[in-house]
This record gives sequence, structure tokens and C-alpha cells, in this order.
Amino acid sequence: MAKNKRKNRYKKHLVHLFILPAALIYGVFQLYPLISAALNSFYSFNGFERVDFIGFQNFITLFTEKPYKDFFLNAFSHNWIYFFVTVITQLIISLILALIIHSKIKGKEFFKSMFFLPKLLSVIVIGFLFSLILNPTRGALNTLLEAIGLEAFTRPWLGDMSTALLSVIFVDSWASIGFSMLIFLAGLQAIDKEIFEAARIDGANSFTVLFKITLPMIGPALMIMTVLTFIGSFETFEYVFAMQGSSGGPYYSTDVLTTFFYRLAFGTVDGGQAIGLGSAVAVVLFIIIGMATSLILFVFKRKDFER
Amino acid sequence: MKTNPLLQTIKYTVLALFTFVFGYPIFLMIVSSFKENAEIFTNPLSLPTSFNLDNYIEVWEVVNFSNYIVNSIIVSASAVFIVLFVSSLAGYYLSRYKFKWNPYLLAFFMIGLMLPMKLAVIPLYMTMLKLGLVDTLFALIFIYVAGGIPFAVFLFYGFFRTVPRALEDSARLDGCNDFQVYYRIVLPIMKPAISIVGIVNLINVWNDFFYPLIFIRTDSLSTIPLGMLTLFGEYDTQWNLLFAGLTLSSLPMIIAFLFASRQFMDSLTEGAVK
Repeated sequence: MAKNKRKNRYKKHLVHLFILPAALIYGVFQLYPLISAALNSFYSFNGFERVDFIGFQNFITLFTEKPYKDFFLNAFSHNWIYFFVTVITQLIISLILALIIHSKIKGKEFFKSMFFLPKLLSVIVIGFLFSLILNPTRGALNTLLEAIGLEAFTRPWLGDMSTALLSVIFVDSWASIGFSMLIFLAGLQAIDKEIFEAARIDGANSFTVLFKITLPMIGPALMIMTVLTFIGSFETFEYVFAMQGSSGGPYYSTDVLTTFFYRLAFGTVDGGQAIGLGSAVAVVLFIIIGMATSLILFVFKRKDFER
Repeated sequence: MKTNPLLQTIKYTVLALFTFVFGYPIFLMIVSSFKENAEIFTNPLSLPTSFNLDNYIEVWEVVNFSNYIVNSIIVSASAVFIVLFVSSLAGYYLSRYKFKWNPYLLAFFMIGLMLPMKLAVIPLYMTMLKLGLVDTLFALIFIYVAGGIPFAVFLFYGFFRTVPRALEDSARLDGCNDFQVYYRIVLPIMKPAISIVGIVNLINVWNDFFYPLIFIRTDSLSTIPLGMLTLFGEYDTQWNLLFAGLTLSSLPMIIAFLFASRQFMDSLTEGAVK
């Protein structure tokens, strides 16, 4: 009997093997690096080696000393532009497309699949593809504009400081619209049809229905997508890297915080690595993105914690 | 409900316009991949004058394309399989057993959902260096598994909480041990969650470019996206090869999508909404 009990307890402990692999891999390869990256921002570095604990000195350098201060502000402002433009070019367009597809039309599945298609391609493929399409002399876009008599609008889209950042944002939106459209569609489909019937019986016209019922009802989806767009705008790296290189050319006009981080970390600023400063940029991004994510998690997912 | 003909015309016009906007670049990529370089230069918008696979054969020869494909398959398959396996176990543990530390474990996994892992790349690089994994496919697999775990654990955890325990309890009465209960009873009923986690991770891993850029130095260990960087670096004037390479790297996902477009779209939507 006693032996049996011990065997049972031994078996009970075996159940912890369920959580162990996930916790271990995640702990070693994600959580530990994240914490370590945050701590690195308080140290000075010699190559990859921590040298001294220097408190907030890296942050002070980043925010107050040239040229870092200017790089930081320049990149930071581009992230904000990225966010505001994406809200228009991605969110509003995808919401309109979702509303159209949700209404009474034929070929819903075809249009959904077409708009979603770019999401399947690698960001680097999309970036490279559009760097060819937007090429000033041989690219398809300028050729197309000339062919339809709009020569006046042709320009070196990615080489001109005034259009470079917008071009990158447009390409990003091109790839992301399909996905946000699906999220809005899911929101629209979840609305109870009886509400629309009731509104119609009361004599509401299409516009009243749209602004008084549909949009308020998908408010949560709109809010989630806005926060996700915000996070995406501050995490963005690959499109800029693929089309404009790690220095966010031309003349840093498409530089964002992640490309600035990349140059500090992998040694293309001042010819040497500046890991402490790079980590300080990372911490700034952790704070910005962490706050945005907690907004989603704690507003919408609180139920997961309430047993 | 009557439909306004003018409104319907506007709707179809908008849809047609966007079908062109989304479809044309991809169409152009595929069409250009069959042209000769000079033809792309003089007539970028026209259809190819002849149809042959010369560009594809050349791309296959000038870069290690077959290696890239094999590496991408190894990395994606291993990463997706391991994420599914370890996260479903963890989600099961968190939802079925009421240990007092479970809420802390959930919070532990949640940190990974909140913070962008890319920015932890330097400590990650040093960890891999210590483990001797830099410039190996294992580095990529571990990173993708670790990156996929938080989302997958939460999805499985939420899923298990909606599944009644009666089935498992009766299996236990029939003498199954914990692992048998998991394997025989639980796994089969969680196919929807498996497909969401599987597809979301597959698309992320297959298309990722950032981690191979940092961790892979040897060309023969490149995945397809990193291979594109090599191709664009070395053959930047031969657009016929570039378009062929881009098409070739997109083809596997596009074909998979043609066969299972519904699953792809539904999985990604549900993954984001849940």
C-alpha cells in the first residue's frame, strides 16, 4: 500500500514534464535575452563584452548628444509618420473593403483571396519586388504612368527624400490590407442580423445604419487593429531594410528606430558596435510597444486570468 | 432588401480596382520571370514573347536554390512541429491542473507576447555563440520555437478551457495514464487549435528574413528569404533572374494557399481575434 502511494506520487510529479519543455525553450531563447537586453542598456561595452555599470548614461547620450540625439529623433518621428499614414492607407481602406465584401455582392471568396494573397509572400520578397517596380528608369510604375500620359507624376519613388518613406509605407499597406480586412470582416459577421432588421423596420437608411449601428458595433475590432498598427509601425524593419538598406536611405529619410538599433548593434555607426546605446533604443521600444500591448491584453483578454 | 444599382456599380468598381492593385504586382512578377533581361528593360509591361524556363534553370544554378529550399523546409517543419508539441502540452497543463503557480506561469509566458523579440537579438546572439549554435539551422529552429511558444500556449490554454473534461475523466477511469489521456483523447479533439497555431507559425517561419540575416553566415545554410538577399546582391542588373528568384520563392506558399485558402484565412483571423 505504501509502496503504491509512493509510486502514485512519483507519477504525479511526472505531470510537470508537460510544462517543462515549453518553459525551458522559451525561458532560454526568449525571456532571458529580453531581460538581458534591457539590462545591457545600463552598461558600457567593449565589443560584445560588458565593461562597467554606468546607470542611465546610455539613455542620456542617446537623448542629448550629437549625432545620436538627431538620429533618434529623426527615426522616432518616422515611426510616428508610419503609424498615422498606415491608419489611412491600411486601416481605413481595409475597413471600406470589408464593408463592401460584407454587403450583398457576388464573388466574395474570390475578392477575399485576391486581397489576402500578398500576406503569403515574404516581406523581403515584397520589398525586393517593389524596389524593382518602383525603379526610376526600368520600373513598371513609371512606365505605366508614361503609357497613360501621366509623365508628370513619374519620379524616383524610393530615391526621392519626399516620397521614399511614403512609398515604403504604401508597400507595407499593400501587403497588410488583406489581413486587416479579414479581421474587420470577422467583426462584421459577428453582429447580430436582427439589429439590422429592426433598424430597417424603423426606417433607417443605409448611412444611418452604417454610422449608428455597424461602426459602433465593430468598435472593439477597430480599436484592436489600431493598436496592432501602432505596434507594427514601431516594430517595422524589413520593408525599410529591403528597399532602403539599414541606413534608411536616401539620407536617413526612411530611417526608423529598428534600423537605427540595427546599425548601433551591428556596427555601422562610427565603425564600431555600440551595444549599450543600441540596447537603450531597444528599451525605449520595449516601453512603447509593451504599453500598447498591455492595453490590448488587459482590456480584451482579462477574462483569461479570471478563472 | 432592394439594392441600389448605382451603389452596386461603385462597389464592383472599387473591388475591381483593388483586385488590379493587389493582383498586378504578383502577375508582373510571374510574367517577367519568363522574359529575357533585355525584354524587361525595353517592354516592362508587355507579355513575354516566348515561354521557357531558362531563367529558372539559371537561378537554380547560379545560387544554391535547392539548398535554400531544403533548409527552409527543415527549419519550418521542425519549428512548427516542436511549437505544436510543447505548447499543447503546456496549455493542457495550465488549464487542467490547478497548481498554485499557474497564474505566474501564464504571466511568465505573457511577457513574450508583449515585447518584440527582434530587439533582444544581441543577447540571443551571445547565447547562441556560447552554445556553439551560430551559423547552424538549430539556432533558427530554437528561436522560432521560442518565439512561437507564447502565442501558442495562450491559444491552446484558451481552447482547452472550452473542452469538457468528462471525456478525459472517463479515459482515466479506464486506466489511461496522463500522457495516454493527452495523446489519445485530447490531441484528436483539438484539431482546430492545431491548425491555427500551425498555419500562423508556418507563414511566420517560412517567410522570416531577420533571424537568418543575423545568425546564418554560410550560404549553403541560407533559407529562401536570405537566399534572395544573396541573389539581389550578386545579380542586381539581371532582372530576369531576380524576378524568377522572387517567383520561385513565393510559389510554395501560393500553391499551398490555392489548395487551402479557407484554412489559411480562417486560421490567421481566428489566431488574431482569440
